[in-house]
Amino acid sequence: MIYEGKQKIWADYQKEIPEDHWYFVRSCIRQNFFPASEKYFTEITKNVLGKDIYESPHHTTCGGIAYHCDTIPQETVMTIVARQFALMTEAGYENYAASCITSFGNYIETLETWHEFPELEAKIREMLWKACRREFQKPKYVAHSSDLIYKFRNEIASRARFRLVNKETGEPLRVVEHIGCHYNKMFPSKGVGGAEYPYVLCGMIESWGGQIIDYPERRHCCGYGFRQYHVQANRGYSFSNTHKKFESMEPYKPDMIITNCPGCPYFLDRWQYVTAETEGKTYGDKPGFGIPVFTYEEVAGLVLGYNPWDLGLQMHQIAVEPLLDKIGIPYDPASKYLGVNKKDLGKPVLPGCITCF
Amino acid sequence: MTDFGFTRAKSSTVNLDEVDTSLYRKIVQVEPDVRRCMECGSCSAVCTAAPLSGMSVRKVIHALERGTDITAMLSGCMLCGKCTMVCPRGINTRHLILSLERYYKKEGEA
Repeated sequence: MIYEGKQKIWADYQKEIPEDHWYFVRSCIRQNFFPASEKYFTEITKNVLGKDIYESPHHTTCGGIAYHCDTIPQETVMTIVARQFALMTEAGYENYAASCITSFGNYIETLETWHEFPELEAKIREMLWKACRREFQKPKYVAHSSDLIYKFRNEIASRARFRLVNKETGEPLRVVEHIGCHYNKMFPSKGVGGAEYPYVLCGMIESWGGQIIDYPERRHCCGYGFRQYHVQANRGYSFSNTHKKFESMEPYKPDMIITNCPGCPYFLDRWQYVTAETEGKTYGDKPGFGIPVFTYEEVAGLVLGYNPWDLGLQMHQIAVEPLLDKIGIPYDPASKYLGVNKKDLGKPVLPGCITCF
Repeated sequence: MTDFGFTRAKSSTVNLDEVDTSLYRKIVQVEPDVRRCMECGSCSAVCTAAPLSGMSVRKVIHALERGTDITAMLSGCMLCGKCTMVCPRGINTRHLILSLERYYKKEGEA
């Protein structure tokens, strides 16, 4: 083996992630699905790790959902993206961190398109100026927020109160990692590990004590696929994709699933209920429960010892309590549906086909 | 059972340890290029017979790999050779169809 050659090849799979000073943009849908994930991303990066993370209240959607649903033209999306870059420029930042995988893919696609077609960039600059009198600098670095947590995974591990380990057996938890398609399948060089060896979530799992599960449909789409779900006639296709993944991972008996995309945790979580309702089948080692699905911020928050209900885990369809018990994380069942300032959120109607609390 | 207004599509997953892929292995002996197919579908896109007969070279290769029946599709091929002209991997798809026909002919005689 020629070591230098090996290093050169492996360099294609690395990604430079700056240490500090990030302009952070939120996702349109994550705050509805998993409401505390972004809050705890900023909490962990700012207050635990002491990083400079800036958010603008003027930030809007990136247009990614409409773009991938094929309802708006690319020039419109690019102008929206250009406005986000203008906000970043006005705030004095050069590093851009997106919370949403589709936004991340969208920003990269826009920058790559401008690189290939500079005349289009000039056109978009003109359109942005005409629309809102703004100008922008292109970001020096674009990262997904999971890249940042990946970069600081060992610092988080060093401050962790809990590890992804079964407290009864001492064995590492068996974790399925699922990476959003727009993270590395469109522009492999922009993701940690590329499309062939995506390592962004594996790094976190290894660092926090878990064991990664490899299974045949590991890189399959979660099923969201935008038009697969948003067009009701196609929704069975979305469900079928998720079902395929669960059937594939079932023999490996995963304890939990970690994702880094807004849509993936939602569909992997909710379609388990639909599977139970329509086919009477549940997955996971405890019959009738399902496999809990988490965002990486929720898992970071859990290992750092935050209250599970402050992390928004009561919003999950699949009960998280069996996993919390497995790790040994304390929680108060009585305050599950109490929100901020102990405000009663109201207990949802619980389904009969799958065990929830 | 709750009606959500949609249902799950039947799974097309096959267990390659359980299906019979002996025909594919035999064909690979005489047409090794077939292993270079990336299933881009260029062959099917230009196929004159495809819209009329359900013939698709891409589907034929896919079915061979999965051990499913291809005879109905083969009978639709007119051997015009357009698929061979467009194949980006340079597979002689027309010759592949002829080899398959030859195999079935031999098998019928036996």
